[in-house]
Amino acid sequence: MIQTLAFYLFATLVVASAVMVIMSRNPVHSVLWLILSFFNAAGLMVLVGAEFIAMLLVIVYVGAVAVLFLFVVMMLDIDFAAMRAGFIRNFPLGIAIALILLAELGLGLGAYGAGGIELGTPDGTAAASASVSNIEAIGALLYGRYILLFEIAGIILLVAMIGAIVLTFQPPPPGSRAQQDIGKQIARRPEEATVMKNPDIGKGVEL
Amino acid sequence: MGPVGVEHYLVVGAILFVLGVLGIFLNRKNVIVILMAVELILLAVNINLVAFSAFMGDLVGQVFAMMVLTVAAAEAAIGLAILVIYYRGRGTIAVDDVNRMKG
Repeated sequence: MIQTLAFYLFATLVVASAVMVIMSRNPVHSVLWLILSFFNAAGLMVLVGAEFIAMLLVIVYVGAVAVLFLFVVMMLDIDFAAMRAGFIRNFPLGIAIALILLAELGLGLGAYGAGGIELGTPDGTAAASASVSNIEAIGALLYGRYILLFEIAGIILLVAMIGAIVLTFQPPPPGSRAQQDIGKQIARRPEEATVMKNPDIGKGVEL
Repeated sequence: MGPVGVEHYLVVGAILFVLGVLGIFLNRKNVIVILMAVELILLAVNINLVAFSAFMGDLVGQVFAMMVLTVAAAEAAIGLAILVIYYRGRGTIAVDDVNRMKG
């Protein structure tokens, strides 16, 4: 009973906040609604027993991606009112396509409910075991059978990081103090950078 | 209210997906909201993957959901970086008349 109640609460909130994401006038509010939406999706995933993905959603999405969105929205000085000019004009087409898509998805769901299509059955090697926790089972799977997938995910994140840095990096103008001369830095030796002094007692040091 | 089955989760995922597509159509000028709508679509996909994974007793779905999360995070970072350099060059982020690459 409590699970059913929690499911409907989370499902209603996730859909309502998704509506607010695409409808709100201010993109800052959109980001905040997106955060609420992700939190409720995390709730849904906890309900179904996928705690690790739920925590990942909260940490990665709310902690990193949503904050990145907030940074960018607040950094750019944009007239958001002018951005909504085509909102009403695009509304009928958007609603029509959305309804068609929803009808198709509903049709697929109905077909699945009718049992016409046989889904593949799990092969048993990745079955969730009752004795270990969700995180433990995912860890065993991720570091064992799917280690290559895990490494590729790391490479994807590395490429994304380097790409974002390369895209947004602005080199300082030549001749400015921020300009870095790497060759000069590497060629510097300790002998020319430091000097040993043995000053007399009571006297100062001249360099 | 009966017990919650996999269909309930699929309905939530379907509605979220449609809302994401609708968001792309409604906010065609504002690329930030378009990126957020793409995040909504990926969240819908994740809900589907996790629901099937849980109800079929196969954890591979959750591993793949993690892959989707990775790609979504990378996509958000690259997309926002492109947005920042676009704004630097143009002073606006209106994307309905992007023609720099003559596409």
